[in-house]
Amino acid sequence: MTKRVFSLLAILVFAFIFAGVAGGYSERQTLSPLARHYLTAVPQDLGGANVVTGILITFRGFDTLGEVAVLFMVAASVGILLGGSPTQNRTNQAPRPSELVENGAKIILPLIFLFGAYVIMNGHLSAGGGFQGGAVVASGVMLLVLARPGTGLHQGFLSVTESLAGVIYVVLGICGLWFAGGFLDSHILPKGEFGSLASAGAIPVISALLGIKVGAELSVVIDRFRS
Amino acid sequence: MGLPVSHILMVTGFALVLIGFWGMLGHRNILRIIIGFSLINTGLHLVMVATGYVTGGTAPIIDKALSISEATVRSVDPIPAALVVTAIVIGFSVTAVMLAFAIRIHDARKTLSIDALTESKW
Repeated sequence: MTKRVFSLLAILVFAFIFAGVAGGYSERQTLSPLARHYLTAVPQDLGGANVVTGILITFRGFDTLGEVAVLFMVAASVGILLGGSPTQNRTNQAPRPSELVENGAKIILPLIFLFGAYVIMNGHLSAGGGFQGGAVVASGVMLLVLARPGTGLHQGFLSVTESLAGVIYVVLGICGLWFAGGFLDSHILPKGEFGSLASAGAIPVISALLGIKVGAELSVVIDRFRS
Repeated sequence: MGLPVSHILMVTGFALVLIGFWGMLGHRNILRIIIGFSLINTGLHLVMVATGYVTGGTAPIIDKALSISEATVRSVDPIPAALVVTAIVIGFSVTAVMLAFAIRIHDARKTLSIDALTESKW
């Protein structure tokens, strides 16, 4: 009982703090100088239409590389934690999925993968990018695993794909060091025509690599949780 | 003129955080605690996105609806959006590792209640 009271008290304290923050907040009327710099630099200097992707892949590119490394670490640690656990032989008696899931997956799976590829490749033009598209692809893999419990994902293929994408990503970054202003600078490729698919320098290439890497890593995580 | 949009978003985010805290503190099942953690995560993302809204702004994507010259006056702040993408990935990673630990704990103790794990309690 006292525990309940204490947690209620903690919640109330947090609610009080949050109410202070929300009550004292007034909607912004102008952008900060940094935001204004990004909003002019990304379309004019980098040639990308989507400012958020421009920030993520070029200005904060090193950070994005670190994020992908975190995802890799997660795939590895989930593998260590779940590998060789006694639950491994449970997959054989997995119940058959319902008729609806099994047949629906046949129609919708190609569409999901196509949509994922579209989101990855249009990251510099419209809403989307490598992370988002990779997550869409991984959700397709999730559906595949649910609809056909028997299918085994090829772990070796997935890890080779994602390692290759990671290596090319880093090599592109080092190319930026050599041919352009710094690590992961997207000026190593021509800017192209604003708004076309092959524009914005190296951003679409890095975006595609990110998408491949994230999709493969999330698929590995899903597969680890299944077995 | 009703409530500003960013206020609604911010209050919703904070409410989600509080619900998540309540779920974490009030439940003994590890899966429910993880769900509470995810709620806190999502709520904080909403709050962060809300702070990037500028009155009357649109998405920071340059196209027919938003020309380059207009971008600095008519668009929302892109920085919180970029930060939230990072935060979502980290939140996903933490959740995945927590779920893996939950599976190991279930293997070892045959239960998901945290009452079964008292040896590290002080």
